Amino acid sequence: MNITKNIHEWLFSLMPETTASIVEMVLIAVVYLAIFAVAGLYLVLLERRVAAWFQLRLGPNRVGYQGLLQTMADALKLVSKELTGTLKADKFLYNLAPYFVIVTALMAMSLFPFTKELHAFDINIGIFFLIAISSIGVIGILLAGWSSNNKFALIGAMRSGVQTISYELSVGLSLLTMVLMTGSLQLSQIVEVQEKGGWLIVQGHIPALIAFCIYMIAGTAETNRAPFDLVEAESELGAGFHTEYSGMKFAYFFLAEFINMFIIASIATTVFFGAYLSPFGITENIPLLGVFWFLGKTLLLIFLMMWFRWTFPRLRIDQLLVLEWKYLLPLNLMNLLLMALMVLLGLTIQF
Amino acid sequence: MSYFSDIYNGVKTLLTGMSVTGKYFLHSRKGAITQQYPDNRDTLKMFDRFRGEVVMPHDENNEHRCTGCQKCELACPNGSIEIIWDRQVDPETGKKKKMIDQHIYHLGMCTMCGLCIEACPTDAIKWAQNFENSVYDRAYLTRVLNKPGSKLMPGVED
Repeated sequence: MNITKNIHEWLFSLMPETTASIVEMVLIAVVYLAIFAVAGLYLVLLERRVAAWFQLRLGPNRVGYQGLLQTMADALKLVSKELTGTLKADKFLYNLAPYFVIVTALMAMSLFPFTKELHAFDINIGIFFLIAISSIGVIGILLAGWSSNNKFALIGAMRSGVQTISYELSVGLSLLTMVLMTGSLQLSQIVEVQEKGGWLIVQGHIPALIAFCIYMIAGTAETNRAPFDLVEAESELGAGFHTEYSGMKFAYFFLAEFINMFIIASIATTVFFGAYLSPFGITENIPLLGVFWFLGKTLLLIFLMMWFRWTFPRLRIDQLLVLEWKYLLPLNLMNLLLMALMVLLGLTIQF
Repeated sequence: MSYFSDIYNGVKTLLTGMSVTGKYFLHSRKGAITQQYPDNRDTLKMFDRFRGEVVMPHDENNEHRCTGCQKCELACPNGSIEIIWDRQVDPETGKKKKMIDQHIYHLGMCTMCGLCIEACPTDAIKWAQNFENSVYDRAYLTRVLNKPGSKLMPGVED
């Protein structure tokens, strides 16, 4: 984009090359941090309003127009709260854990192609990097549960470990199914393939649809949301791994959960629904509208995840593992084979 | 091979559940059950079985249906109702008859159990729908249910 190009040239004319590139990186990080905070806050509000509508309520609509400032007020309140801790907590790990969770979420954010130009970090192993980063987040949860010196937090954290390690497999395999069609892990390449031959979910028809279903189920489990919220399980574990956290540290976990949901939906948008591409190319000549399409598709998928949350009851831990190891994993492997055959025989739909 | 039919049934039931909640979501605008109370104070209508306080309805001639039988006073488990009565000469028949002077109701003691209303043989008292019962002085919670100068509706005792 022109603005970023101008800033880039201005920075490089102002100072030596190394300083300029460092300053540029910091600026980009700050911009993403701002997007991160705003997106997190408004996703919390969206979740609360959608939950209310599912339950025939109205939701928060008092602070600001239609409650738009509600989460800002909540965040301000959390900033002003005391940071408590348990007496025998492992102080170092206890304080480190929230940052683990939030930094991994922030790192994953930088990879998404919001439009063709607005793409901060186009690494050539994009999908692989995303999967790797999103599983580091669970270390933060494990640390939080372990260092809290609280049995409920520990049980929650251990469940989180079991759950994330199991479902990571399904997320990876379902994305791999789609990578078979693109032949590249780089996100910009994946979008390019879709620009030429239609969205991947159309190109890959039946196996792509199965992969999408599996991805959404496993992705919901990955973010520890209902119906897979065994980690927090309010009715049995208090609040799970973040029982002992308060104030801003609690807010970090809370925000990270919503950003993770955004990340899962964004990966699905990029890999299955053509990222910033408009349907049938209706706004092809206005590239800036790509942001609108990207966010629109992502929000639709986020809504789907909220729909899951307010429909399905929580699974038991054994049901959770049966679902992954007996159903999703074999189906996924079969699906992968099917997709490989289809790509080999050229049965994909091309426009 | 129940494996694949299990998957089919699982997906089917999940979709059924989602369609139910989806319908609720789409109708939430019209059917929201939330009352935005201080805003809709003028139009707010409580549901029929709501128990606000005990009242004694009077008709346009300032007549009520209470015969002073004291069944409500006996039925009340914590003594919220006191009836002050005396025997007066009935102007129509000229005989002495039991009549209520004051039907006193202590709202502050009432547990809203509704036994008095069930016990009343003449339906003289019933539930009101109002709920803004807070006052600044406890004395205001003691209420006289029959209006001053009211008398028994003719024909209730027959």
